[in-house]
Amino acid sequence: MQALCRDCLTRFDSATPKGGRCPACHSPRILSHPELEGLSIAHMDCDAFYASVEKRDNPALRDQPVIVGGGTRGVVSTCCYIARISGVRSAMPMFQALKLCPKAVVVKPRMAVYAEVSRAIRAMMEDLTPAIEPLSLDEAFLDLTGTARLHGAPPAAMLAGLVARMEAELGITGSVGLSHNKFLAKIASDLDKPRGFSVIGRAETEAFLARQPVRIIWGVGTATQTALEQAGIRGISDLLRWDRRDLSARFGQMGDRLWHLARGQDNRRVQRDEAVKSISKETTFDTDTTDRDLLDGHLWRLAEQVADRAKAKDMAGRTVTLKLKRGDFSGLTRRHALDSPTQTADRIYREARALLDACREPGPFRLIGVGISDLGPGSAADSTGDLLDPDAGKRQAAERATDAIRARFGRDAIIKGRSLR
Amino acid sequence: MKISIERGTLLKALSQAQSVVERRNTIPILANVLIEAEGANVSFRATDLDIEVVDRAPAMVERAGATTVSAVMLHEIVRKLPEGALVSLAEDGAAGRLTITAGRSTFNLATLPKEDFPVMANAEYASNFSAPAPLLRRLFDKAKFAISTEETRYYLNGVYLHVSTGESGPVLRAVATDGHRLARIDAPLPEGAAGMPGVIVPRKTVNELRKLLDDDEAQIAVSVSETKVRFATPVLTLTSKVIDGTFPDYTRVIPTGNTRRLEVDAAEFARAVDRVATVSSERSRAVKLSLDEDRLVLSVNAPDSGAAEEELAVAYGDERLEIGFNAKYLLEIASQVDRENAVFLFNSSGDPTLMREGNDTSAVYVVMPMRV
Repeated sequence: MQALCRDCLTRFDSATPKGGRCPACHSPRILSHPELEGLSIAHMDCDAFYASVEKRDNPALRDQPVIVGGGTRGVVSTCCYIARISGVRSAMPMFQALKLCPKAVVVKPRMAVYAEVSRAIRAMMEDLTPAIEPLSLDEAFLDLTGTARLHGAPPAAMLAGLVARMEAELGITGSVGLSHNKFLAKIASDLDKPRGFSVIGRAETEAFLARQPVRIIWGVGTATQTALEQAGIRGISDLLRWDRRDLSARFGQMGDRLWHLARGQDNRRVQRDEAVKSISKETTFDTDTTDRDLLDGHLWRLAEQVADRAKAKDMAGRTVTLKLKRGDFSGLTRRHALDSPTQTADRIYREARALLDACREPGPFRLIGVGISDLGPGSAADSTGDLLDPDAGKRQAAERATDAIRARFGRDAIIKGRSLR
Repeated sequence: MKISIERGTLLKALSQAQSVVERRNTIPILANVLIEAEGANVSFRATDLDIEVVDRAPAMVERAGATTVSAVMLHEIVRKLPEGALVSLAEDGAAGRLTITAGRSTFNLATLPKEDFPVMANAEYASNFSAPAPLLRRLFDKAKFAISTEETRYYLNGVYLHVSTGESGPVLRAVATDGHRLARIDAPLPEGAAGMPGVIVPRKTVNELRKLLDDDEAQIAVSVSETKVRFATPVLTLTSKVIDGTFPDYTRVIPTGNTRRLEVDAAEFARAVDRVATVSSERSRAVKLSLDEDRLVLSVNAPDSGAAEEELAVAYGDERLEIGFNAKYLLEIASQVDRENAVFLFNSSGDPTLMREGNDTSAVYVVMPMRV
C-alpha cells in the first residue's frame, strides 16, 4: 500500500494500513492509503486560525484557553483547542462562552494580522497549484490534478509538505482533506483535526458516507435538517433510499443536490477566487438604537471604509446598498443604482443617507451596513461632475487631498468631524 | 351600445389609447379602454391614473352607450383585420361581453362596468392658449434626451415648461437636465401664454404627446394648471398630472463666461466621435478632445481593448485645450444640430461646456466634462 511520512515526506510501501513508523525518520505520523497517489482534490483548513496566530504572537497564551472575539454583544470568532474542551464553540455568544470557560483569555481580533498570515499561506499554496479556491482567510480548496509530473511528487506529498512548511515558517498548523471531489475533501479535512490529514478514496466513498448524518453535508443547516427529519431522513443512508425524482419534488434543487452528494458525486470545479462582486462594511451596535444621528455617524464611517477598500482595489461601484437589521434580527436592504460609478466616501455616504432618509422604519436597529456593487474599474469612477451640485467637485477634491495626507501621516491624521459622532 | 366604424379610423383612435395603458397592471380596469358612443361620435378613453387620453372618431351609432374592454386586445384584433373592413362593436350588457364583427370574423371580449373606470377629475386651468404643433414639437424633441431617469431626483424626470425671457423678449421655454447635461430650448411665446405657471411635464407624457404633434398644420390647445397640463386637438385630448416638485435653478448652471470657441460640422463631428468610441468597452465611454489652432483630435484610450484617434479640421483660435467627455453625451447633443455648424464654448477641462447651433441662442446645451 502507498504510504507517506508526513514529517520527512518519504514515500514508501507500507505493509500495514495503520500504525508503523517511517523507515527514514521513524516518525509515527504515517499516511497510508491504497489510492494515496491517485487523489488530487484537497481542502486545507487551518486549526483554530485566529487563536493560533494570537498564541504564536504571544507565547504567554500558549497553555491558556484563548477566545478571539469582541465586544459585549460579540460572539466567539475562534477559540483554541483548550477552550473547546470546556465546550466553547465558534459563533457562540461571548457571555455564554465565558460562563462555560471563565478562565478564558478574550482577545480582540486583529484582522490585519490574520490577513497577512493568510496571504503568506496563499503564496505557499501558489507554489503547488494555480487552482486555488479560498473559502475564507483560513481555508481553501486546491486542485492538484496533473501536477505530479511537474513536482515529481504526488499531490498527497505536496500537501503534507505545505502544512509542514506553514508550521515551520508561520507557526500555524492546518488540517488537510484529500479526496476526489470538493464535497468529500471538505468533509475529510474535518475528520482528523487538528494537524490532521485524512483521505477518502473512491472505493470507500459510499460506505463512508452511509455512516454519516445528513448535517455533514455542506449547506445543510438547521432548517434543512429539520425539513429532512420530517421526511424521516437523518443519515445519508436514509437519503440513499429515496428516489431522485421524489427528492427533487420534495426539496427542489436542494433535493437533486442531496441525491448526488449522498452518493459522493460532486462535479463542482475548484475555481480560482472569483472577481470581487461587492464591497461592504457593517457594524453591530452595543444596544439597539433608533437614534438617527447615531446611525448617520456610523453611516459616514462605514462609507469611508467602503471607499478606502474600493480605492485600494482600484474599483468603483454603480450600486449603493444600505442594510439595516432590526432588533428582532430581521433585515432590510435598500439599493440605488447610480448613473455613473463611484468610489468616493462622499458619494457613497450621500446615496446611503438618501436611502436611510427614505426608509420610514423607526427601528430600533441592531446593525447598519453600507456597500457598493456592480463593480468596474476605478478609472471610470466619479469622472463626470454634477451640474446641479457644483460643490461635489470640491468635496471630491477634498477627499483626494485627505487620502493623500492619510497615506503619508496615518489614518487618523485627518478626519471629518462627522465621523466623531 | 352598438356602433359601426371604419377599421382604419378605429385603429388610429385605439393606437394612442393602448399606448397609454401600462402593460403590467395591478388594477384590472386600467388595462381597459372606455368606449363611449353618442350622437355620431365614439370616444376611446384610456388612463394610467397619471395620464388620460381621449380619442374621438366619427361612427354610425345605432345604440348609444358605454363599456370597457381590454385596450391591448381590442387594438390587436383591429390591427389584424383586413384594411377597409367595416367593424361593428355591439355590447351585450347581460352577458358582460362586447362582440366585434368584421366580415366573417367574430370576437367576444369580456367587459368591465363603465362605472368602475377612473375618469380624471377636471381641473381649473389657470392658463389656456393655442400653439402650432411644430413649435411644441421642437421644444420637447430637443429637450427630451436630457431628461433624468434617476428616481431620487424625481423633479428631473420631466421637461420643465415655463415662461421666461430670452434674448429678444418673452419665450416659452423647455428645460431638461440629468445633472450631466442640460438642454434649454426657447420658442416665441404664444399669445395668451404669459400667465402660464411653470410645470414639469413627465417623461411618459412627453413621449405620448409626441404623436399629437406630428401634423405640421395642427394647432394645439394647451391648458396649464399647477397640477395638470392638457394638450388637445379636435380629435384627441391628452391630460396629464405634472411632477409635484421644484425644478432647480438651472440659470446658475449655464456658463456665461466661456470664451474658447470651437466651430465644427456637427454631423462630421458626431460620426468621428462614434467611430473612435468603438474601441472603448466601458459603459461610460470617454472621448478626449485635443484642440489646437484649427485642429481637433478626438481620441480614446482604453487600456484593456485598444486606442483610436481621428483628426478633424475645425475653426478654433484659442490656446491648446484637452478636455474629455462621455461619448454618448457628445453624440446626443451633436445630433440636436440640424441646420448650421455646432459651436462649442469651453472654459477649462473641468468646467461645463456650452454648445449651440451657430449663433442661435434659442437652443442651448450644457455638458459636463469627464476626467480622462
